[in-house]
Amino acid sequence: MAVCAAIVGKDNSPKYFCCINPDEELSYQYKVLSSLDIIEERLNPANKNASESKELFLGHLYSLETCKLYGYVTNTKIKLIIVVNAMNLTLKDNDIRSMFQKIHSEYADMVSNPFYIPGEPITSKLFDSTIKGIITGTV
Amino acid sequence: MDDGTDILFDLLHFEIVNWTDRAHSEEKDKDKKDEDLSNLEYIGFSTGYRLIERLTKEMPRFKDELDTMKFICTDFWSAVYKKQIDNLKTNHNGVYVLQDNNFRFLSKMSNGKQYLEAAPKYVAFTCGIIRGSLSNLNIHCVVKAEVQSLPSCKFHIQIQRT
Repeated sequence: MAVCAAIVGKDNSPKYFCCINPDEELSYQYKVLSSLDIIEERLNPANKNASESKELFLGHLYSLETCKLYGYVTNTKIKLIIVVNAMNLTLKDNDIRSMFQKIHSEYADMVSNPFYIPGEPITSKLFDSTIKGIITGTV
Repeated sequence: MDDGTDILFDLLHFEIVNWTDRAHSEEKDKDKKDEDLSNLEYIGFSTGYRLIERLTKEMPRFKDELDTMKFICTDFWSAVYKKQIDNLKTNHNGVYVLQDNNFRFLSKMSNGKQYLEAAPKYVAFTCGIIRGSLSNLNIHCVVKAEVQSLPSCKFHIQIQRT
């Protein structure tokens, strides 16, 4: 299970942040936002070996002592980031990939919601509980 | 496959066109007519903007602008209009022309010149949908439609580079 998930808009502004342990929210926010540079680098067309893969899932971005970060960028340049505890060895790349795909699906549904204005932060409680379910592996 | 679900979209679209049209039907003012068209175009814009997130979900990342345009002509057009664009032309410098020889919203009208002047309000929504989709894919553009003879229609897409 992952510890944190974030959605960052195309202009790099935070849209949604969800953390299993609310006490650590701020420190995870720092980690997530600092990974945006790496995502930018991977997407840069000038950087040959990185931009070859056309998959939306970017894979492992970088590791810290306590956690690992994974990235996913949609065709509409919405960035999804998942933070996993470094001690967690049971989660494989494929599990993370399917987690991202589920979050992306939820996001696409969210954008189709007439009460949600695209580009605004997401405040829906239902969305929040679904994403929590996805990252804890209960959905 | 005609199970009545396809026709719903057509009917809804015709009603939206009628509704925006009726708002100022009494007035002969040309500005107001343009306002109706721009309302209609805006409805299309926000539809396209929201729709594209769903349609590109399973797609690999687009390589470049032309790749995106091909997606619009094939997958996107099939999803919305149940057919593909018949012809795509480009000058490789930011101008794309999409030609649909049997455009869905015009195909129910009798051919010929009789209803030609009614055509603009039936293509405004589509202009908006194209503009909205491309805008969410980070391609900012101006979309114009050209109807020379029903039921074919050409969409001119002019990319705005800044």
